[in-house]
Amino acid sequence: MKKEAWFGISIMALVVIGVFVMMPPFAQWTNGHLGLLMLAMIVIAIMLGFPTAFTLMGMGTMFAFFAYYSQNPSLAVTQTYDLVAQRAFAVMNNDVLISIPLFVFMGYLVERANLIGQLFKSLHLATTRIPGSLAVATIITCAIFATATGIIGACVTLMGLLAFPAMLKAGYSIRLSAGVVTAGGTLGILIPPSVLLILYGATAGVSVVQLYAGAFLPGIMLTCLYIGYIIISAKLNPKTAPPLSEEEQRVKLPRFAEVISRKTSNVLVGLVGAIKGKRNADVPMKTLVTHLIIAVLPAIAGALLVLVIYLWTTAPTLVDTSGLQEMGSATQEQTVEPSTETGGLQELGAAGGLQEPESAGGVQEPPAEPAPAAAAAPAEAPKTPVAAAPAPAAVERHPAPPVFWITFGIVAVGLVIFYVIFTFARLEIFKMLLGSFFPLALIILGVLGSIVVGLATPTEAAAMGSFGGFVLAAAYKQLNFTVVKESVFLTAKTSAMVCWLFIGSNTFAAAFALLGGQEIINTWVKSMDMTPTQFMLLAQVIIFLLGWPLEWTEIIVIFMPIFIPLLANFGIDPLFFGLLVALNLQTAFLSPPVAMAAFYLKGVAPPHVTLNQIFIGMLPFMVIQCLAIFLLYMFPAIGLWVPSLVYKG
Amino acid sequence: MQKVLLTIDKISTFAGQAFSWLIVGLTFLITYEVFTRYALDAPHNWAFDIMLQMYGTLFMMAGAYTLSKNGMVRGDVLYGFFPPRVQAALDLTLYILFFIPGVTALCWAGFYYAGDSWRILEHSSITSSGPPIFQFKTIIPIAGAFILVQGIVEMIRCVLCLKAGKWPSRIQDVEEVDVEKLKAIAQVTDADIAKLDEYVTHGKGGGK
Repeated sequence: MKKEAWFGISIMALVVIGVFVMMPPFAQWTNGHLGLLMLAMIVIAIMLGFPTAFTLMGMGTMFAFFAYYSQNPSLAVTQTYDLVAQRAFAVMNNDVLISIPLFVFMGYLVERANLIGQLFKSLHLATTRIPGSLAVATIITCAIFATATGIIGACVTLMGLLAFPAMLKAGYSIRLSAGVVTAGGTLGILIPPSVLLILYGATAGVSVVQLYAGAFLPGIMLTCLYIGYIIISAKLNPKTAPPLSEEEQRVKLPRFAEVISRKTSNVLVGLVGAIKGKRNADVPMKTLVTHLIIAVLPAIAGALLVLVIYLWTTAPTLVDTSGLQEMGSATQEQTVEPSTETGGLQELGAAGGLQEPESAGGVQEPPAEPAPAAAAAPAEAPKTPVAAAPAPAAVERHPAPPVFWITFGIVAVGLVIFYVIFTFARLEIFKMLLGSFFPLALIILGVLGSIVVGLATPTEAAAMGSFGGFVLAAAYKQLNFTVVKESVFLTAKTSAMVCWLFIGSNTFAAAFALLGGQEIINTWVKSMDMTPTQFMLLAQVIIFLLGWPLEWTEIIVIFMPIFIPLLANFGIDPLFFGLLVALNLQTAFLSPPVAMAAFYLKGVAPPHVTLNQIFIGMLPFMVIQCLAIFLLYMFPAIGLWVPSLVYKG
Repeated sequence: MQKVLLTIDKISTFAGQAFSWLIVGLTFLITYEVFTRYALDAPHNWAFDIMLQMYGTLFMMAGAYTLSKNGMVRGDVLYGFFPPRVQAALDLTLYILFFIPGVTALCWAGFYYAGDSWRILEHSSITSSGPPIFQFKTIIPIAGAFILVQGIVEMIRCVLCLKAGKWPSRIQDVEEVDVEKLKAIAQVTDADIAKLDEYVTHGKGGGK
């Protein structure tokens, strides 16, 4: 037998030995100890490889029967039946889990829109000047693609086919290339909209909206840490990630651009000059005008952003809140004419703001206008008047606060710098980004934004996302019956897998509670007299260790119900705990020997790339993940700031 | 024997796939509902119930389909490293030990649970004029029966595997990570990958 099998068997043996050591002699067993035994048995049974959903369901049914039988033998059968049916129906009627098929469906549709190749290419060209540019582009591509699709396997495989060869050819070390692809591909687990967070929300009874709001910054932080690591290691050790040659950096220009750029390399000057003057007679006017429109898009986006912020910061305060909530009401329009109008405008601005400025503005402006801030700005727009309602009525606009002028200044300076360095080569890159990066960013931010702002429930946002997936696939001419059919079937299988697992775990958890296993664990944990920090550390270590033999779905649905009730003892916020768990479980994808990401990459890597090389490549990224967990733990504000911002009070 | 098994596979697959189209309906229903609520200010009070029913029916009925394609999540620490006979023996034991009691309970319990609901022609209580849900509860025993039959098929497969020493074949289906299809998407061929080996082996020799 292989090494891996021995590894698994030794884990199982450890569990069995652990049970024998921990359990009191048989004579002293209570029902609660039966519950603990059940927990140990489930770990072993799952490791034996039987479909987990049925393991849980069968074990849950049997132990529920034992529990009922010990109380009242005559009613045991009926009670067990009721329990099983009710648990199943509870999952069927679960208004949190309903988002899972919708998000999964959206993911498959977006995946089939076939954007990843173009996305990688355009990001790669956009980042050529950064050290380790290919690796950085890979991480960003993965972050966006894996987030939009949520399909880890496909993301790693595709990047293994696209980015991995490109990096090897550019002379990157195998380890770094492998690490980047695998680490990047798993980012989709954490960054919302992710199925993991829905599942955690459904299990722990935490609002998915808050989880999404909370996981956003840690996800971005992790991505930035990855990028930072790549840049630093590429600078320190250029051999592992040599810069690209001049030739590879050059962007191929279309003919008209070449003609114009002979005179001036700046886009605005060149295009306006070409439109005015008749010198470039061989260049069609239509091309020029189209490109001019594309070229001024950032300016429009910037202007929209400023407008939204202006409207938001200077919004007049109102006495009547009900009127504002229903913008259309006629009485309001007559009595407080100006305010209604601004309200309407705000809405327009907010709608536009959600789509245009964040994605466009946030990315191309050199001073890096923080996207979350932009997201928060329109986010607050409809809410602020309501919150500020008790203040005395003032129909006139407030004078713009300094924040507005600062933002205005940053945007203006950013745009000026942008246009000064906006060459034709950059216009080409911008066009490519427009075709690949922005649509995906738009979908993600649209879905997330509308959830976090409170415009839509996660379910509604997920459905809109699926609809967006349809539109996206259609826009890229990939929408046909086969694609829809395959996406539909895959969605059905994935949802069935997750939701049947949930039925099983629901039954199991009910039986566990009936036997009183939870109480034993509670008293046991309390008797250990741990500080919250110790408990948190212990919980994370246990979850990390469980991540080796078990999949994240199993860990969440089986073990979270055990951990969550303990949190109250230590005064830990379940939301915060969930964010830590999500970060933690992401490492499970990268920790050998069962790191799924590694196997996906190995499947498409050249034959001489060994699994060991991939594992070693993943190690630094695992360390970074641990660092990220540490940072989040030390500064909980990273995760809790956005939720508190949106749901203050 | 194999023929019978494949036929039942096909029935499970057909039922699962037929119901899986509900996801498209669900997408468009919610999109439409969002539109009517925000744009026309005319929400429907039945929408929430219908959404839940579509979702519940979708995943319940897809259960047997997923099982027939071996798509239920397994703990894969050990299982993958066992020879087929050991796999089959383990599976068969656990099917009898866990699957049969659990799923039978689900069928029976669901049958009575739905029966109670039929008797009073139960309506949803989420809104005051909720749509009927007795048909929705009927899904539990139906889906349970499908999955039970499929489970029996899987058990026969285990027996066949124990005899022959290898797993009987299944009908192909779409897969989440279909490497060949992804290769086509990325326009990479096996030859390209093989060619890359040069960089790998060369890098090793030259780098150190």
